[in-house]
Amino acid sequence: MSATLAQEVSGTPSGVPVYELTRVSKTYARNLVVALDDVSLTLRKGSFTSVIGSSGCGKSTLLKIMAGLIPPTKGRVILQGRPVTGPRRDIGMMFQQATLFPWKTAVQNIVLPIEIRDGKAAAKAALEKAHELMDIVGLKGFENVYPNELSGGMAQRTSICRMLITEPAVLLLDEPFSALDELSRDMMNMELQRICREQDATAFLVTHSIQEAVILSDEVVVMKPRPGRIAEIVKVDLPRPRTLHMMTTPEFGDIVDYIRSLLDKGEDM
Amino acid sequence: MNRSDDNDGQDTVWVQEVAFIDSVPRWAAMSFVFLVFIGTWQLVTGLGLVSPIILPTPWETLEDMIFVGQNLLTGGYMLGALWITIKEVIYGFALAIAIGFSLGVLVGETAFGEKAVMPYLVAIDTMPKVAFAPLFVAWLGFDIDSKVALAAFIATFPIVVGTAAGLHSADENARMLFKTMGASRWQTLIKMKLPTGLPQIFTGLKIGAVGVMAGAITGEFLGGGRGFGELIRVAASQLNTPRVFSLILYLSLVGLALYALVTWTQRKVVFWHKERVGAHDA
Repeated sequence: MSATLAQEVSGTPSGVPVYELTRVSKTYARNLVVALDDVSLTLRKGSFTSVIGSSGCGKSTLLKIMAGLIPPTKGRVILQGRPVTGPRRDIGMMFQQATLFPWKTAVQNIVLPIEIRDGKAAAKAALEKAHELMDIVGLKGFENVYPNELSGGMAQRTSICRMLITEPAVLLLDEPFSALDELSRDMMNMELQRICREQDATAFLVTHSIQEAVILSDEVVVMKPRPGRIAEIVKVDLPRPRTLHMMTTPEFGDIVDYIRSLLDKGEDM
Repeated sequence: MNRSDDNDGQDTVWVQEVAFIDSVPRWAAMSFVFLVFIGTWQLVTGLGLVSPIILPTPWETLEDMIFVGQNLLTGGYMLGALWITIKEVIYGFALAIAIGFSLGVLVGETAFGEKAVMPYLVAIDTMPKVAFAPLFVAWLGFDIDSKVALAAFIATFPIVVGTAAGLHSADENARMLFKTMGASRWQTLIKMKLPTGLPQIFTGLKIGAVGVMAGAITGEFLGGGRGFGELIRVAASQLNTPRVFSLILYLSLVGLALYALVTWTQRKVVFWHKERVGAHDA
């Protein structure tokens, strides 16, 4: 195991595997539905991976397993060399809604994961870092503002900081910007890319938008429903950093078309 | 759209109409209703349409209110009676909060409470609770204990329901977030579910605050004692209707004060939650 790991370090420029799923399956006992069937996936350090598929393709089940919220029925789930057996500090998660708590200021919301895990004193000590993160996402000056006074985009920026405060090894993003309007959404996606590059973060994004998946990702995992499984993992070779302008290039269009054709095939079955 | 800027009055200008009621301040609207009420009252009693024993005139009521007010301010026997009733209300409310909140957490947080305890609470809640008054008198005597018990008994249920509903009001994302942060059940309850539920809990407290007053007075009607309810009962038995009216009005001030105290506490504690009531003022 360690030997192959070492090989990959030297062999691939795209980084060491951070998250490895091997032949993961999930069957819900109650209704015997196979939500996930034999899914294998590797996330490398600093890579951005998206998963896309119609509803029922098992992508939320996959995400929940990766977050340690539910156990798989079969298969191995390894994050940073240790099996995932529950929620972990090196997993950061973000949802469609910012899910900020209105009785806490922006910065208090950001240090909440520290408060939960290490107590109030540790949370206080983390305030400085929270301020730095807010600076990075362009929220300087909004530290002591309550969430009610933040716009949707600012709220999501705050929840990005909350995700980053524990320095997670992997970021799990569950359609994080789908509640925003399209303009803010594009902007937030570019912002997300910048943050991921700056932090050398490993990101895993669940999305409904092919464009969003392609513009952000190194790899797009296309899933098919009933049972939920991987149809194909599509590599995106567009240069980095990505710009919104790239969405008008023929290369971008080709990849989007290809993924759409894969999804359409899935629909017929 | 901005036609009116250039040619005044040449074209039809589209002006947004303001409804009359929106241009009237609240105090004026409230005064209007008050005057209509008093006016109707004066008309009905002044014209002798109703016997004065059944309904005194506004003036007679005011006179009696001044008399009762003097008695209260000079520390007369009515003040002692009022103090007894206030004590019943305070003790009853405190007891209702303690029991109601505990039961609310039991029912709202544990599966056992929801499955096994809630049905009984619903069953008891549907009973006419004042019917228990004779039992409380039999168990606790004619002193204030039996009134405190009835007041608490009535006020407990809305607090249980408010607390349980409040604990359920946290959304799925918040729960999932706390799970991913590795929060314990206790942390999830204290740091997320309870604060999220505070608006509903306070709604329960407000309904309880109204109920506690009714409970104390009903207890005094049915169980005697020396409280304000007893004064009302005696005045009514003497057909002293103006006195009944003025006593009720003073009593309602106590109820109003309690309600205001709860509302004030809510504003301080749940500062992030803007209530919809009074939105027209803003």
